[in-house]
This record gives sequence, C-alpha cells and structure tokens, in this order.
Amino acid sequence: MKSFNLAVIASLLVLAVSPIMYSLNANAADKETVNSVATLRDATPIDVQKEPNRIPQVINKDIKKTRNYPMQPPVIPHTIRSYEVNKYNNKCMSCHSRQRTEKSQAPMVSVTHFMNRDGNFLAEISPRRYFCNQCHVTQLDAKPLVENTFTDMHSLMKAKAKSKEH
Amino acid sequence: MTINRREFIKANAIAAAAAVAGVSIPAVASNLITSSDITKLKWDKAPCRFCGTGCSVNVGVMDGKVVATHGDIKSPVNKGLNCVKGYFLSKIMYGKDRLTTPLLRMTNGKYDKEGEFAPVSWDQAFNVMAEKAKDALKKDGPEALGMFGSGQWTVQEGYAAVKLMKAGFRTNNIDPNARHCMASAVGGFMRTFGIDEPMGCYDDLEAADAFVLWGSNMAEMHPILWTRLTDRRLSSPHVKVAVLSTFEHRSFDLADNGMIFTPQTDLAILNYIANYIIKTDRVNKEFVSKHTNFRLGETDIGYGLRPEHPLEQAAKNNGKTAGSSTQIDFEEYAEFVSTYTVEYVAKLSGVPEHKLEALAELYADPKIKVTSFWTMGFNQHTRGVWANNLVYNIHLLTGKISTPGNSPFSLTGQPSACGTAREVGTFSHRLPADMVVKNPKHRAIAEKIWDLPEGTVPPKPGYHAALQNRMLKDGKLNFYWVQCNNNMQAAANINEEGYPGYRNPKNFIVVSDPYPTVTAQAADLILPTAMWVEKEGVYGNAERRTQSWYQMVEAPQGAKSDLWQLVEFSKRFNIEDVWPEELIAKKPNVRGKTLFDVLYKDASVGKFSLDEIPEDRLNDDARDFGFYIQKGLFEEYASFGRGHAHDLAPYDTYHKERGLRWPVVNGKETKWRFKEGSDPYVKAGTGWDFYGHKDGRAKIFALPYEPAAESPDEEYDLWLSTGRVLEHWHSGSMTQRVPELYKAMPDALVYMHPDDAKKRGMRRGDLVKLISRRGEVQTRVETRGRNKPPIGLVFMPWFDASRLVNKVTLDATDPLSKQTDFKKCAIKIVKV
Repeated sequence: MKSFNLAVIASLLVLAVSPIMYSLNANAADKETVNSVATLRDATPIDVQKEPNRIPQVINKDIKKTRNYPMQPPVIPHTIRSYEVNKYNNKCMSCHSRQRTEKSQAPMVSVTHFMNRDGNFLAEISPRRYFCNQCHVTQLDAKPLVENTFTDMHSLMKAKAKSKEH
Repeated sequence: MTINRREFIKANAIAAAAAVAGVSIPAVASNLITSSDITKLKWDKAPCRFCGTGCSVNVGVMDGKVVATHGDIKSPVNKGLNCVKGYFLSKIMYGKDRLTTPLLRMTNGKYDKEGEFAPVSWDQAFNVMAEKAKDALKKDGPEALGMFGSGQWTVQEGYAAVKLMKAGFRTNNIDPNARHCMASAVGGFMRTFGIDEPMGCYDDLEAADAFVLWGSNMAEMHPILWTRLTDRRLSSPHVKVAVLSTFEHRSFDLADNGMIFTPQTDLAILNYIANYIIKTDRVNKEFVSKHTNFRLGETDIGYGLRPEHPLEQAAKNNGKTAGSSTQIDFEEYAEFVSTYTVEYVAKLSGVPEHKLEALAELYADPKIKVTSFWTMGFNQHTRGVWANNLVYNIHLLTGKISTPGNSPFSLTGQPSACGTAREVGTFSHRLPADMVVKNPKHRAIAEKIWDLPEGTVPPKPGYHAALQNRMLKDGKLNFYWVQCNNNMQAAANINEEGYPGYRNPKNFIVVSDPYPTVTAQAADLILPTAMWVEKEGVYGNAERRTQSWYQMVEAPQGAKSDLWQLVEFSKRFNIEDVWPEELIAKKPNVRGKTLFDVLYKDASVGKFSLDEIPEDRLNDDARDFGFYIQKGLFEEYASFGRGHAHDLAPYDTYHKERGLRWPVVNGKETKWRFKEGSDPYVKAGTGWDFYGHKDGRAKIFALPYEPAAESPDEEYDLWLSTGRVLEHWHSGSMTQRVPELYKAMPDALVYMHPDDAKKRGMRRGDLVKLISRRGEVQTRVETRGRNKPPIGLVFMPWFDASRLVNKVTLDATDPLSKQTDFKKCAIKIVKV
C-alpha cells in the first residue's frame, strides 16, 4: 500500500504547485513590460525567439481527472499512439464500447453517444460520434503558460451551503 | 511497455480508490448539495465563439460566472454536440492575464513610442488616441487613418465600425481579418453569381451521395460539420468521400478517395473535371443553355506583391484589368479545357489517373448528388478567386446546384466572417448588402439610409489587409486601430512588413484585446476588451444563419466591449474636426455635433429605448449609452438588405430562435437560394434564377492553371504550408489559456515526411530552423503526428505565439481578392 500512497501524494503535490507564473496586471506594469506584454511569448521580444522546449510526453498514468463541469468530455488519461480511428476501424472502442468494458475495465462511452441527431437511441454508437478525437484529447506533460481562474460550480455551491448553515 | 493496458488500469484503479478513501466526508447528513436554490444554473443560448460552423451553445451561469457550457440540443446546426474547443468555452474568459486597464507606452508620464507600457485611465487613453487621430487627419487627411477589424466582431460592432470609418472619418481604410480568410470566396461568388454567400445550407450534409473536400481539413477546422458528414457517410454506405489536399491530414481517415496533389495544381484538376464532363457527354445541356454564360478570363495577373517585385514587373495584366473577361461560347470553352487531359493533369498534380477519373465521375454521373466543400486551401491561394470560379463551373455544367445535396459550399473560417465581414461589408471596398464604395449608386443608398449628405462616403477603395501593413511600413498609414484579431501573429511576412510597420515612429497603433497578445505587444496603446457573453451581439455563420445572444456575465472591471470603445471614441470628434466645410454646408444641422450624435444617437441607431431590454438582462453597453444600441445598429443595418435578397428578421426574433437563414421573407428562412420553390426571390417559371446577375445567369469561366508565386528551388527546397489545428482557435489567444487545450496541443511543430527528415540528418524532436528569403523560425521536428506531408512539403501551424511561422511566409496575394496565400512558399530546414 505504501507505494500507492506515495503515488497519491505525488498527484496531490502536482495539483498544489499549480502554475503561479504570471503577473501582468497593469498595476504591476513596470520596466520589463515593454517587450514582455505577450504572456504566451514568455517575455521575449517579437523580433527574437526563445529556444523551443522539447516535445513533451503524453501523460500516460490512467488517472482520471476531475471534469470542470458534468458536460465536459473527459480528457484521455493514456497515450493513444498508433490507435487507428478511421472508416475501417475504431481502436478506442476495443476498450470503451459497452461490450468490452467488463474485460477492459475502461469507462463505457456515455449514453449520449448512442443518440442520433434527433435524440433517439441507436443499437450502437452513433456515427456522428465516431471520431473520438473530435472531443477527447490526450494531455501532454507541459506546464500551462498562464493560469486559468475558472470557478468550479461546486466551490460556489459549497460556499453558499456553508453560509446558509450559519 | 510489457504490462498490458488492463493490468495497468487495474493497478491504478486501486490507487485511485485509496485516494478516495483518504478524503474525509463531512460529518453532516449528506455530502451532496441538493437544495434547488443553490444548485440552479441560469442557462442561455449563444453561438460558439470560434469557427464559422456556428454551433449554438448553452451557457450556464452561477453567481455572475460562466461555470459550464454544452452543445445546444435545440440547434439544427449541432444538435447537442460541440467539438473539444467548444466544450471548453467556459474557460476562455478566465485566463489570469485578462487586461483590465488601458496600457500606454510612456516615458516620464508621457506617451513615447519607445516607452514602457504603463496603466492609464480610459479617459487618458481616448485623449491620446483622439489627439493622434486628429494630428494624422490634419497632416495627411483621412487616408492616414485605418482600422483592422474582424470576422469575430459582432454584426453590430462591424456595422458601427464601418459607419465610423467610412462616414465619420471618411476613409475606406477598414478591412477585416476575414481578408485572410474569405476574400477569395467572396470574389468567386461575386464573379460567378453576382451575389455573395453559399446557395446551399448544412441540410446538404444529410442529402448528398458524395462529398468532395478541396483544400479543407473539416475534421479539424469544422469539426461539427465533420460529425454530420461522418454520420452521413457511415450510416449510408453508398455515400463516397473524396479528399484533396497537399498533405495527408485527419479528414483522410474517412476518405474513399484521398488525393495528395502538388501545390497549385488544384486549378488543373478542376479544369480536368470540366473536360471529363464534356468529353463523356454528361453536360446538363438544358441547364447550361438556360442558366449560364461562358466567359474567358484575363490571365497572367501577377501575385499581389509590392509593385517593384520582379514577379509584378514580369506580369502582363496585374493592373486594373486583372479581373476582366470576355464573352465566349460553349465550344470555345470546351476547346479551352480540352488540354486538361487526364495524362497531363496526373503528371502535373502527382495524382494517379484512376483517382482523378473516380473523382471526376462523382461530378459527371447525373445520379450522384455531390457537395463540394472548401476552405483555406482554395481561398488562401494566389489564384483563389479562380479556384472558386472553377469549382462552380463543374457544378454548373452538370446543373448540380441549389438542390438538396447538390451544393458547391464555401465553408467560412470565422464565427461571423459571413455575418460581419461580408454581409455588413467591413472590407476596404465594400458597403453593407454586397454594395461597393466605387459605385456611386451604392454610395447614395448608404448616404440616404445614414441620412448624411451626398459625397460623405469616399469613392476610392481603401487599403486592404496586406496593403495596410505595407502602408504602415511606408509611413502612409499613421493612426491604426486593431480590434478583435491578432494580426502580428496572423499576417504573412511580419518580419519585412508588419513588425516594421507597427514600430514605425510615424505611426500610432492601438490594439483592443481581452488578452496581451503578440499584436498588443507591438502596439503603442492596448485597450482591455470585453468578450463573447460579456456583451450582447449577433453572429452570422457559413450557411447564412444569423444568431444573437444576450450579455450573460459582467466583463472584468475595466474591460469594455469593442462596440463600446468604437462608439465612446466617436464622442471625441466634433463634425468640424473630421468633415470639410463644404460637406457640412450640405447638412448644416450637424454643425456643432459630435460623431456620436450624427452617426449613432440622433441616427436611427438611437431610436430604441432601454425599456425594450428585458429587465433581468445585463446590457452594460446599452445602459451606458442610454439607448438599446445593439438593436438600433442591427435594425439600421438590416434596412440595407431588406427587399434586396438579404432580408433579415426583426432583431427581437433572433433572441427567440436558434438562428434563421437569410433571406428571411414573411418570417420564413431560405434553405436553397436561386431555386424556384425554395427561394422567394426566384422568378416563377424559371426553375433556377441566378438573380445576382441582371440576366439571371451564372457565369462559367475559362481560366488556366498558372504557377504559384514561389516554388521550391535548389536552395529553398521545400514547400511550406501553414494552417490551424483542432484544439486551438486561430492564434490561440483564447484556447492557449485553457489548460486542457494547451496541454492537448502546446506547441506548433513542423510536420515532415520521415524521409525528408532522414535526408537532412534529423529525427523526431530535433530542434530545427525553418528559413525563407524573408526570415526564420525555430521549432521541433514531428515525423509521426496527425499530419503526414508528402516528400518535399512541410506543415507548421500558426497558433503558437512563441514560434511565429509568419516570419517566414510570403505576403503574396490573389490579385483579385487581395487574400494572402498562406499555403505556399519555399523554405529550407536546417538543424540548430
């Protein structure tokens, strides 16, 4: 069990050290901003270029990520290198289809994926959902350049529920 | 890895369970909040912020924040689906570096072109802007003022901007980034049909027997239309899909006939298909004789480069006559295309003969309903208008047009490239409803609707996108305002034109954006901008569908919409500051008034009261100006097109509908234009009526293959194509700030054939330099990604602000549409 706990602690640490890197709000505008306004260029003037970082690896840990909201398509927590999805073959469904999930222990595709355009359920995945990679993407081991301050509705609800208790 | 996936998953599942066990559950009765007053979300509809598909999105708001989004099941466009970008719309407004105060380059508290960005108030910002604009006006007249707008502006923003520039400041130097995107499509429509925008609609997707993609990677760039196409192909096995491109991409996953052609030879393939239809006697003679004319177009028209460029010196017809044509007959046309034999075209294009024949047969067989889709492959092309004309030719020769499933369909890139850029006419040569500034009758119509004196709108077309950057560099365009786009990242050849242009000491550059983009960095003044559902607006998508949305959340304190900025700025100008005395004398009651009064408040724009806004709705812009400005702008704009085949419904209708496809006549939208029975503008008894031209006929153009502006040679030995990716919207200024999208596609790599890499001693991941005659960019090699270029061509997307591929590209344009060819230039690649 010990090693599992370590894995858990490690993943919590990753969450805790979420990127703090950026701080241009105008009040902080100072001498450096002349050539460093464009956050995504990491303080590099337009006429020069910083050396591009190495190609990051696909995160392949099979640890599910919390969704930002219930309707968000889950990201793919494993590599999909050489997975073919074309008109002859859909490799993803060899684990995620209804018939295969007992064996694979992979999550079954959501029931919405059986619905056609008119909202009726088909006996198999709707062809409109055939190309999984239109909505589901892998995650590379790259540190976001800018923090995102999106608020999870759960944290808003919790705060309200708490204030009601008092 | 030897451990199989299942074992691996099982091991991790146990780890995850342990993690859950460690989470303490509160001691209170339930760990679930169920009280409906707390869990309730306020849902509302909005069109997606990204591409031209125009999906409708349900936006969930709680406590003044967008907390969820999902595909709108009521929308006929997407029926509940979104692509990965669309599903993450909730997060685009919440990048931590949202701008909240204007930033001005200053030294010792004063504006200085070489100074450092420092926060100023809106009042100070507008003071400096107005001073700079007035200085430029006084010194060099209205032509020293310019604006670069967007197909992502709302309809109202685009219309307010056109009015401010063309009537207020009396300059036509306003152009949208849609110039990079759709101008060739517009040129094609106007030339062949005399009226802009597709005749068909998305319903074609469920009706066609065959689809042909010409330079369109729909799988990534129009994902929801791709789901509809996939649905049709896989649920109806007789349906065939042909995909043409200069490199293999995701859309090839569904292709029955995938074709890689040598860049620029699409022109020859199109003419071959026409020749095949004629040679196999499958011309729809009745349709052709009743509904078409044949024209021989001017050739050798140059490449839209600076006049001193050797290619322009060599071109014979790159002047005003480049777009001219002469009447010919069917026999002459047949003779013209007869040289495009399968042998010749297979050799030229590199596409095997049997593949070309299978493609041609889809068009020639009268039993197959065929829809052609194209996007940037055709439009970003130095012969883009020709490519558009040539694809219409083959639909017209066979009469496969304007009926369900028979549809030449130009796909739009941006959410309102159709609605705002094209229909409103934010181009340097245009006015609303397909009218143009050089036509005195059109100017008179605009001046009448605007209640302004004759002669207000200048007749000379202004600077288009590429020319604006050149004129900035040359110091002819001195006051320049960029809204709702990131052109320092998006425009070609920024090394030689854009960057020196923005930094030219003669010029004052204003950039409005929610985020500090590359373009903002090149500016002198940055204005913090409200976006998407932080304001009310209207977008128009690729199938002529007009969709509106309400403001749903407040913008960050200090950020203001593009509309507010435009209209508020107009208060800084008295009419005497901008109009000559002789013009004022024609309408003395404007004396002493501001542009705000003349163009907006006292015009029909100002006639709708705030009472018309539902009380529970936010509308910061309207409440600030004191009238329902979005409705006023929309209704005044709509008066240009009503009764002229561009009819829009009343504004309020759009708040209730999931969009309507214009022309909307007697409350009914139009699915297929030019066809009797589905288009109310078609004259009874005609069958088809191409009423954009006076004779009701569409034009079939004889136009040849001509080579690209720059092709690989011994030194610069590779073709470079740039483009977009699924996960990012355009330059990535919104999507790169969404961690999930960033991590899905963090960097722009150069996609290369493994043999091309090997030949240069390179491997996947190697650091390399792409070098052209204009500049260089560094990135890393990808040999096994989703794009598989042929030997001799590489692809690098342009979404990555840290690796500006447009330092390398060539600013050659189609001389007719003025749209840049981002798909073809010559480079070499060396290891760093």
